Amino acid sequence: MEENTIICRCEDLTLADIRATIKKGFHNPQEIKRLTRCGMGPCQGSTCRELLLKEVASATGKNVGDLEMTTFRPPNKPIKVKSIMMGVE
Amino acid sequence: MKPKAEAVIIGGGVHGCSIAYHMAKKGWKNIVLLEKGTLACGATGRSVAGIRHQFGTEINIRLAKESVRRMERLEEELDYDGSIELMQKGYLMLAYSEEELDLFNCNRDLQKKIDPENLTEILTPEQAAELVPGLNLEGLYGVSYNCRDGHASPFHVTQAYADAATRLGVNIRTGVEVAEVKKEGNRVTGVVTTGGEEISTPVVIAAAGAYTKTFGEQVGLDIPVTPERHQVAVTEPLEMILGIMVISFAHGSYFKQTPHGSLLLGVGDPEHEVKDFNERPSWQFLFDMVKKTTFHWPALREANIIRQWAGLYDMTPDSQGIVGKTAVDGFYLDLGWSGHGFQLAPAIGQVMAEIVSGETPFIDVGCMCLERFERGELIPEPACV
Repeated sequence: MEENTIICRCEDLTLADIRATIKKGFHNPQEIKRLTRCGMGPCQGSTCRELLLKEVASATGKNVGDLEMTTFRPPNKPIKVKSIMMGVE
Repeated sequence: MKPKAEAVIIGGGVHGCSIAYHMAKKGWKNIVLLEKGTLACGATGRSVAGIRHQFGTEINIRLAKESVRRMERLEEELDYDGSIELMQKGYLMLAYSEEELDLFNCNRDLQKKIDPENLTEILTPEQAAELVPGLNLEGLYGVSYNCRDGHASPFHVTQAYADAATRLGVNIRTGVEVAEVKKEGNRVTGVVTTGGEEISTPVVIAAAGAYTKTFGEQVGLDIPVTPERHQVAVTEPLEMILGIMVISFAHGSYFKQTPHGSLLLGVGDPEHEVKDFNERPSWQFLFDMVKKTTFHWPALREANIIRQWAGLYDMTPDSQGIVGKTAVDGFYLDLGWSGHGFQLAPAIGQVMAEIVSGETPFIDVGCMCLERFERGELIPEPACV
């Protein structure tokens, strides 16, 4: 089941991938993001961020609210370079 | 009783982790590495992580040659269970004036003199367009190109060093910030963390980028380093259409594609940047960046930007690292790489381990000592953004 459950759809990461990384001792969602790319795809973690936090929480016995949230970075939604160009010209 | 360490390394970037590994490999016991955040969370992880041979000073050419060679077999050397995502598809440096092209020629000659196997070549704009289809040739005088330059993941290179260091007994502690470096007489005696924990040690190695300045002040050293924000945006992953890193020193801009497929687009604006520790990205950057990068490569107009971030260069007056021992016994420095530090970490880690062990380093980095600023013996690196 773990192998077939997709956590991060943009980067094609399964539950097994995430659990293996947590098992290696990475308990900070930021670290897991950097090492696996979880949440770094075009949707910027809109689905997987919460799933990742829940996995870390259940593995460590912590509350989701006590974990360090991965950073939300602008521009939040994909923007075409040429659209930004329109603001320049 | 205070916990004791043979050595304390401040900073869990790629340099701190490389030093830790190389020291442990030389037989140092009980090394403690302290990182205030997580590994590679500062300048290392925020860099675009290029690796290249194309430098313009002898010392960097030597360090780069050795470091690229090590990157090429790093997974094996460190027995890493992941991939460092090494990709060697070259670096293309754009010359927008006769003078700049002359400089690239000089740099190429120096690189070949120091390393006969160096592959840097000077190409015409037309040859460059064959390497980067769609490259705008307007105003271009020529390019400098080396096909063995490339990219590696800053997170995985750092983690690979950290894992290897841990296996050799190094105690890597993240989330632990050093508040103060302690000194008695002219010798360091330990560090105190912000949590109030004191670790006594005869050796402190500060590898904390621009933050190192404060530790210098605590032991009475003036380290001329300033933080300088640089920003990067990343696109959605695309088919591999641009293996090469393209750089323009004249515009302060660069762009490349990572093995993952996303394009990294960067611009520095040293003239207008406030020299503080602000690591937040700005809208102004996006405007500046799209203007410059689409000038070089108009095809970029169709790409989607999905994320942008900022990181801090640790700038020195000559854009060169500060390395080695200091006037304070037991206090060593490795910082100030001014935007090209990631790629030199493999060689510098060993150099530092040898210096701290009292040996002659395998590459002479004497010219990179802190005292050079007092003596006025600067070694300006011409080839950096």
